[in-house]
Amino acid sequence: MNDLLREYLPIVVFLALAVGLGLAFILAAVFLAPSRPDAEKLSAYECGFNAFDDARMKFDVRFYLVAILFIIFDLEAAFLFPWAASFGFIGSFGFWSMMVFLAVLTIGFVYEWRKGALEWE
Amino acid sequence: MEVGLWSGYVWPGLVILGQTLLLTIVLLIALAFLLYMDRKVWAAVQIRRGPNVVGPFGLLQSFADFLKFVLKEIVVPAGADKPIFLLAPLLSFIFALIAWAVIPFNLGWVISDLNVGVLYVLAISSLGVYGIIMGGWASNSKYPFLGSMRSAAQMVSYEVSIGFVIVCVLLMVGSLNMTDIVMAQQGFGLMGWFFWKQPVMFVVFFISALAETNRPPFDLPEAESELVAGYQVEYSSTPYLLFMVGEYLNIVLMCAMTSILFLGGWLSPIPGLPHGVLWMAGKMVFVFFMFAMVKAIVPRYRYDQLMRLGWKIFLPLSLAFVVLTAGFMKTFDIQPWTMSDEAREIGRAVEVSHGR
Amino acid sequence: MALQAVAFYLFALVAVVAALLVVFARNPVHSVLWLILTFFSAAGLFVLMGAEFLAMLLVIVYVGAVMVLFLFVVMMLDVDFAALRGRVAEYFPLGALIGVILLVQFVMGFGAWSEGVAQRAAAATPTPADLPNAHAIGMVLYTQYVYAFQAAGLVLLVAMIGAIALTLRHREGIKRQDPLAQIHRTREEAMELVDAKPGEGLQETRS
Repeated sequence: MNDLLREYLPIVVFLALAVGLGLAFILAAVFLAPSRPDAEKLSAYECGFNAFDDARMKFDVRFYLVAILFIIFDLEAAFLFPWAASFGFIGSFGFWSMMVFLAVLTIGFVYEWRKGALEWE
Repeated sequence: MEVGLWSGYVWPGLVILGQTLLLTIVLLIALAFLLYMDRKVWAAVQIRRGPNVVGPFGLLQSFADFLKFVLKEIVVPAGADKPIFLLAPLLSFIFALIAWAVIPFNLGWVISDLNVGVLYVLAISSLGVYGIIMGGWASNSKYPFLGSMRSAAQMVSYEVSIGFVIVCVLLMVGSLNMTDIVMAQQGFGLMGWFFWKQPVMFVVFFISALAETNRPPFDLPEAESELVAGYQVEYSSTPYLLFMVGEYLNIVLMCAMTSILFLGGWLSPIPGLPHGVLWMAGKMVFVFFMFAMVKAIVPRYRYDQLMRLGWKIFLPLSLAFVVLTAGFMKTFDIQPWTMSDEAREIGRAVEVSHGR
Repeated sequence: MALQAVAFYLFALVAVVAALLVVFARNPVHSVLWLILTFFSAAGLFVLMGAEFLAMLLVIVYVGAVMVLFLFVVMMLDVDFAALRGRVAEYFPLGALIGVILLVQFVMGFGAWSEGVAQRAAAATPTPADLPNAHAIGMVLYTQYVYAFQAAGLVLLVAMIGAIALTLRHREGIKRQDPLAQIHRTREEAMELVDAKPGEGLQETRS
């Protein structure tokens, strides 16, 4: 096994441990705690009323926009990580290359701002 | 490569298991006392006493709470999607716990010293949002659903600036490895810390960490006055406990990240004193104390204000600092730490031996 | 190594099974969750190949960002999926056509791959042995592959503009906070001292 994978083995063990511990917590309550359900106890919390319809309603398209913008900036950050790591090696060309990239995305950001996409209403 | 079953697989496996078990136990016990501290700080600010009944000074309060959670009935609402309803808190807990695998507490005291440690933390903490979305959706109840939507959008918004802040630090280090980040902050005691080089980014990171972990003043997903308890409304017993432990593990993780990125990790602030795990623990407790004070002092933000702060202030600010940091290093020809002689001496330098 | 092989088959199996469940799950939200598991296993496979940086990016970008969007969309669509299922026959020919095209592409891709073993062996190793992934990528991405890199930037710009054009709707009659206006509000324009006589009050209403 090479060194790189050797570093990942503990994570797998840790993951198994975390899953086991989490399940143990839930099972502990399943076995130790009482279980006396009734219709009122199992109804959804609604301040004493019965719900009119399914709670999974449509919501504002704005959440959708936030998610898209997040993807875009997340990708931008993804490009920045290897750049930051190899910053000392890539010289001026690498530096300016990233500056151009960021400038292009800044145009997009300014557009967004002017369009009011960042306003939450 | 001939290795015996015992020396090749079983023994290393047992060592790894022991390490992870130790870390988990220490973390959970530390968490119990940090929770106690959180409540005490909060109480002190409001001139109350806080928990003071269970054990001396109420020190055992968290353990009593734990027992109580275990002995409570698990209520799964009638309209809920049962597997996902139970999976959500489990995932929250698992992701919060395994993110700790790459956090170094001392030189070499780390479960796995990944080359891409920072990215690992970022990746795992970006998964935390699923526990919340799934919990809110599976409950099939209005308050949890609204709370989880808010929470998802909020966490997502601040994750971007956290990423950019980390890039600022990485530029100075030249490596994605957590141990390298700490070692790069060696200097005359606390003067080497990145806190001095990036004070603005420290503040941005701290506030983003508050928002990312749904801490007050950004606790809108669980704002009592409007959403009761957000995505946790329908949860009881140990599933709720898992959510809560996960949330606090994430908060303490952010404390650890703050110490590592800006406060020199396990490095001693006073020249001459030995470095060690106690410094790391002390710094984490200090940052946690600041988290608790913010919770006690600052009033809650409104949702549109929260989004404005994330997208219109922190995002451009952190991006500008990435450019500024890089530009500064370029202009004055400062090399990242991993290319310095100091790093070469302790064998942590990154070198291109296979010249292109 | 044995352990490596076990891990590979485990990840591969989980990836394939989870991918099948994406298609067969009745509830679209469950589909998305299975898709997340698929990506996760793919990340595990990347790690096994030594591409740890890519594995982390896969998790950060796909699982952490793209799937959140998918979940939002699936939850927001509010489509009656039971009704849609009845119309499978209608879409079957088109679906089958796409499936056949994909299959042909896979076969051709595999053919080219099994032909070119020698060329691949001659190509430069993807990662210099003792250099971390991220550095190795950084060293070529911004210099050698600068055009591809800038093109990626432009694609992101287009995506940003497209997203705004498609989803941005301004609602009418909403009060927005303008912090600058709040800060620059002065005492003079905000208030006025009026000496009201007893028994008279203020006659004209001031806005």
